[in-house]
Amino acid sequence: MSTMDYEVKLEIFEGPLDLLLHLIHKNEVDIFDIPITTITEQYLAYLEMMKALNISVAGDFLVMASTLVHIKSRMLLPTSDEDGEEEDPRDEITRPLLEYMRIKEVAQDLSEREILGRDVFSRQDDGSWYDAEPVTDGPSLDVSLFQLIDAFRRIIEKSQPGAMMMAFRHEKWSIKEKARLILSLLRERQEMYFKEIFSEDRKVPEFIVTFLALLELVHIGLVQVFQGSYDTDEIRLVANFDGEGADELGGELNL
Amino acid sequence: MGESLTSEPTRVPIMEKPLELIIEALLFASSKPLSVQEIHRCLPDVPDAYIRTALRGLEGTYDAMERSFCLREVAEGYQIRTRAAYAPYVLRMLKSSPSRLSRAALETLAIIAYKQPIIRQEIELFRGVDAGGILRTLLEKDLIRIMGRKTIPGRPLIYGTTKRFLEVFDLKDLESLPKLKELKEFGAGDEGAVHLPEEDGQGEIFQDSETRPASETQGLLFPEDGESPTT
Repeated sequence: MSTMDYEVKLEIFEGPLDLLLHLIHKNEVDIFDIPITTITEQYLAYLEMMKALNISVAGDFLVMASTLVHIKSRMLLPTSDEDGEEEDPRDEITRPLLEYMRIKEVAQDLSEREILGRDVFSRQDDGSWYDAEPVTDGPSLDVSLFQLIDAFRRIIEKSQPGAMMMAFRHEKWSIKEKARLILSLLRERQEMYFKEIFSEDRKVPEFIVTFLALLELVHIGLVQVFQGSYDTDEIRLVANFDGEGADELGGELNL
Repeated sequence: MGESLTSEPTRVPIMEKPLELIIEALLFASSKPLSVQEIHRCLPDVPDAYIRTALRGLEGTYDAMERSFCLREVAEGYQIRTRAAYAPYVLRMLKSSPSRLSRAALETLAIIAYKQPIIRQEIELFRGVDAGGILRTLLEKDLIRIMGRKTIPGRPLIYGTTKRFLEVFDLKDLESLPKLKELKEFGAGDEGAVHLPEEDGQGEIFQDSETRPASETQGLLFPEDGESPTT
């Protein structure tokens, strides 16, 4: 057997459960009556093989190895719980295995669906060159952190193409200061566009500090972020405080 | 929802164009599924029940005409999609050989879909391996989202699926996920053995609202063959 064969095989077993399931199928044994000695031996042999091939064995595999050995030793002892019912030590692995099989099954079901972008296609966003009116009534959509980061990246790219690559020097701008600025803008207007908070920023680090300040404000709940409507990538910031309370809140910022 | 679906108007009096065709235009131009509410917002005079009837009419029309596309109800909305038989041609046009979702990622996604809200530790119990990298991939693909933090030591993040997930996997809503087969002949009622108890309401869920359907639709996701490696 060439090394190549092993590599291909090894990649398949992403975890101990995967390997166990493979051994159970290979030996054609009943999952409800696992021959623990055989399976344990084969499992350990497999780990040995991995070691021999100088492949680092993930900790998860070792944990399962010790579980198997433990079950094997318990099988030798008569066990019964308080009700006098036999308790099978193998339940410890049978249950997770069954759950895992079930997951594999539904994962398979999912992959057989008509998947968008693989089997079926819908109209693609054309980047909407027209300006969509921000929706002011109706439900707003949540914006995830990744979408915020994406929007941020686009602003930087527009302002200074290629600038995302540069190395940073020491801080000239503080998050606290920028957070105050955002709060003061929102105090006046209650609501503004995401891009507006960057209107004064000139340098990449400054953009970033502003962005971090915004994340912090969202995190502590002073600012809410919405996406205006589905056809535009305009993201809106909405004050989540009374106009008057902002100073106080701004003062409390512990940044 | 819940208006009588038996009403049978196909045209609304004041409108110059047949309702079905107006709605068809909206669906045609939209890059994301449109809900009845969203359609209603464009046609404030038309009751929801009429809109639903028109949608069913369109659906039937496309099927009867055997068009290359059909109307699907996905992610709590309606969307015009090409039929699977035309995929090879569309892919050629898009010049895309889209990225694939690995078997591991698909399994992780399945765990989250069926067991949400769920924390990483629970996910890892199911597969018996670290899930960090996969979770990041799924987050980036906008298939899962962080719903909040669980109020237990370490305040772990709680994961759930996104609206985009429903859209990609052709699901109307989470309820329409294929049913999980019960573990038969084994420890009935003892299913908590692997996953930790789901104490509902124990975590703070940030906001249980929909995530934005992603605007960038190009070729996303493809479960790998998904074929069992255990043979």
